[in-house]
Amino acid sequence: MKHFSNLISALEITNKTNAKIEALVDYFKTAPEKDKLWLISIFTGKRPPRPVKSSLMKQWAFEITKLPEWLFLESYSTVGDLGETIALILPNPTHTIEKPLHQWMQELIALKPKTEEEKKKYVLNAWSGLEMQERLIFNKLIGGSFRIGVSKKTLVNALSKLSGIDANQLMHSIIGNWNIETINFSDLLNGSHINYDNSKPYPFCLAYALEKDLLALGKPEEWQVEYKWDGIRGQIVKRNNEVYIWSRGEELVTSQFPEIVETITNFKDDFVIDGEILALKDSTVLLFNDLQKRLNRKNITKKLLEDIPVGFYAYDLLEYNNQDFRDKPMQERRNQLETLFSTVALNDKLKLSKIINFKNWEVLKEIRENARTINSEGLMLKQKASPYHVGRKKGDWWKWKVEPLTIDAVMIYAQKGSGRRSSKYTDYTFAVKKDDGLVTVAKAYSGLTDAEITEISKWVNKNAIEKFGPVRTVKPELVFEIAFEGIAYSKRHKSGVALRFPRIKRWRKDKPVSEIDTIESVTALIEAQ
Amino acid sequence: MKFVKFTKKGIYCVPGKFYLDPWYPVKHAIISHGHADHARKGNKHYLCQNDSKAILKHRLGLDIAIESLAYNEPKTINGVKVSFHPAGHVIGSAQIRLEFKGFVVVFTGDYKTQPDFISAPFESVKCHEFITESTFGLPIYKWLPEEMLQKNIHNWVLKNQSVNRTSVFIGYSLGKAQRLMKLLEGLDTIHVHSAIHNLNNAIENSGIALPKTELLKYDFDKKAIQNKIVILPPALLGSKLLKKIPNAATALCSGWMQIRGNRRWQAVDAGFPVSDHADWDGLLSAVKASEAEKVYVTHGSQATFSKYLNEIGIPSEEVITEYGEEELASQDKENQTKASSIQ
Repeated sequence: MKHFSNLISALEITNKTNAKIEALVDYFKTAPEKDKLWLISIFTGKRPPRPVKSSLMKQWAFEITKLPEWLFLESYSTVGDLGETIALILPNPTHTIEKPLHQWMQELIALKPKTEEEKKKYVLNAWSGLEMQERLIFNKLIGGSFRIGVSKKTLVNALSKLSGIDANQLMHSIIGNWNIETINFSDLLNGSHINYDNSKPYPFCLAYALEKDLLALGKPEEWQVEYKWDGIRGQIVKRNNEVYIWSRGEELVTSQFPEIVETITNFKDDFVIDGEILALKDSTVLLFNDLQKRLNRKNITKKLLEDIPVGFYAYDLLEYNNQDFRDKPMQERRNQLETLFSTVALNDKLKLSKIINFKNWEVLKEIRENARTINSEGLMLKQKASPYHVGRKKGDWWKWKVEPLTIDAVMIYAQKGSGRRSSKYTDYTFAVKKDDGLVTVAKAYSGLTDAEITEISKWVNKNAIEKFGPVRTVKPELVFEIAFEGIAYSKRHKSGVALRFPRIKRWRKDKPVSEIDTIESVTALIEAQ
Repeated sequence: MKFVKFTKKGIYCVPGKFYLDPWYPVKHAIISHGHADHARKGNKHYLCQNDSKAILKHRLGLDIAIESLAYNEPKTINGVKVSFHPAGHVIGSAQIRLEFKGFVVVFTGDYKTQPDFISAPFESVKCHEFITESTFGLPIYKWLPEEMLQKNIHNWVLKNQSVNRTSVFIGYSLGKAQRLMKLLEGLDTIHVHSAIHNLNNAIENSGIALPKTELLKYDFDKKAIQNKIVILPPALLGSKLLKKIPNAATALCSGWMQIRGNRRWQAVDAGFPVSDHADWDGLLSAVKASEAEKVYVTHGSQATFSKYLNEIGIPSEEVITEYGEEELASQDKENQTKASSIQ
């Protein structure tokens, strides 16, 4: 496992994508044939089912170390990862096992149907024969994610660098149907098992943030205006009875949205459309937080499909019956898109992005201000004569987002993050004043610099009320400005309000707790909307 | 406690009328070692182990009133017998043993039970009451034997050299830097930052031999540094100086590097768990070897470690102190040094 262990060490330490690609290329140049395939398999989430339950592994670790459970849990909350905690607390190895990755994987597959006794014997033998880092990897191979910041896109870029093959084609190849037992590495890369012509996407056209006065844009009738949505920008490719969904990050996400795929298969024509994947329930767009629950799932359960249904808002038509439409004017593409959509019965799974009718720019300002009420994040302005550009180009497409709302709140709980953030307190809960006390209004974890997080972590260590466990109640002292996209009444929250996409805007070191917002001033924001 | 009290200013010996590593200025301070959170400015009179004397003078001022003793050399102060015993933490680090009317208290300061071949190796001292640190008081902290650590570090340098990269190690000026020098001795030329260089000079002038190093001048010759070894204090992480080092591969050296999350927190190329503190097994073995009837646990995982000691039948209590801010205190100091070296 030396090869794989070295690769993981190299990948986990760096946050530079180029260094990760370099390490992956190195691995693909030197690792055994079958190991390369397993690496692709593991990093794309194609993994055999877990052969040993984590509760058993925990139990065996207790037996070996004779540590009390509370101490194990305390260690776990410091490390933030079960497989790593076990790897760290076990005694030093007593012998050395060296096997290639594919052999470990085959043994783990064979372990699945065995008895608990046999599993224990196998796992304990591995634990005592591997060094710390290899032991950690072994635990991760059994189950769990590596959390080393290697996306499918990074993997594909490494394979592309190695082979010279187009990255999007490689994305299709590795996502496609292949069997580790029957394919070889070079066939997989060359895509002998797929037809790339059927999935090939176009580069996305991107907009700049509006930086000038609306009047400078010219006549209102030259512009097509739509709502801007906070979902996942996507491209649906339908050719020769095959359907592919690409995300803006150039990952194939087809299998994550079966309901969209099903609707697309109703069309007779072939096409490529650009649009937004959104959580849509009863014709209402849900928050991005909801959509997030649907992403990167290994299994999409029936319950999840019912709780968070997903749909596609179509923005643009890039290809129609094998003809590239990108150089045609926006207006013409839109007309053709509408014609195409009139050929099938549309439902919540597939909709045309609504065009906003407006007579003058003044009216548009008001419409933008109200965008929040329908969970939109603002407006998109597109020049009706413009082509579908490659990438970001100034002038033809503008995004005009609503300004976020802000409040000042005080931190009351701090919690350690996971993965890279497991050593610091990175997740905070905030409160505002209510009567003589405080009431929780938001949880947020982004928006601070590493240096600020380090400083806050030190402060939390000193000012925490609990001594054990992952969550710390702290003295209400640190004040933060919290930004959010929207606010609504909520019965599920104790405060009676729910904030949409809250994040930390800045640390208000200058503000004492006595000056934070009250629940009344927060509720007033709802009325003001 | 019988004759030692935990006060707002620090650990106080009542009959002896002196403090151990006080965090507010006092008349008489007995100092365990030279780190900034243990040896603070402003005390009227200092007493430390012989090898710490030059370090304290270098860091706190040449004009401080300071006395020193050899390891195991007793001195009676107001009827209390005081002696220093090797703590194995950094050069000159000592456990402080106090004996009054046949009752013995030992304060460890910071310590490491594993020999590092540069500071006097830890010696356990029997006592009635033991005041121990607990920086790494969780069972996830287990250090590699020095030879394996050395092998890993050497391999990293050699790998860097094979791809024309300069190996930069980040570690505290006092302790970590000298230990790294020892671990890297003979592998290639070692260049050290002026904060480390000046401290090394002070140590060497007091008669202690250190591995050979070169001063890394602010306007260093890039060619002379390429593929070599550089040691910098933590405040230099992300500095212009570090950016000037050609093809630098940077390694953080600290016990916290035992955990992946910590290794990944800083954007560096490697993290080696090199610690000058006792690991979990080291803490337990020191506590057991002291045969103390009561153990007071200070800075680190004091709540956890003391709870565990009580569970295994060793009466224990946690104590809140101002130690363990070494990082902050010494970084401030090194920031000043950095600023002055730029001028």
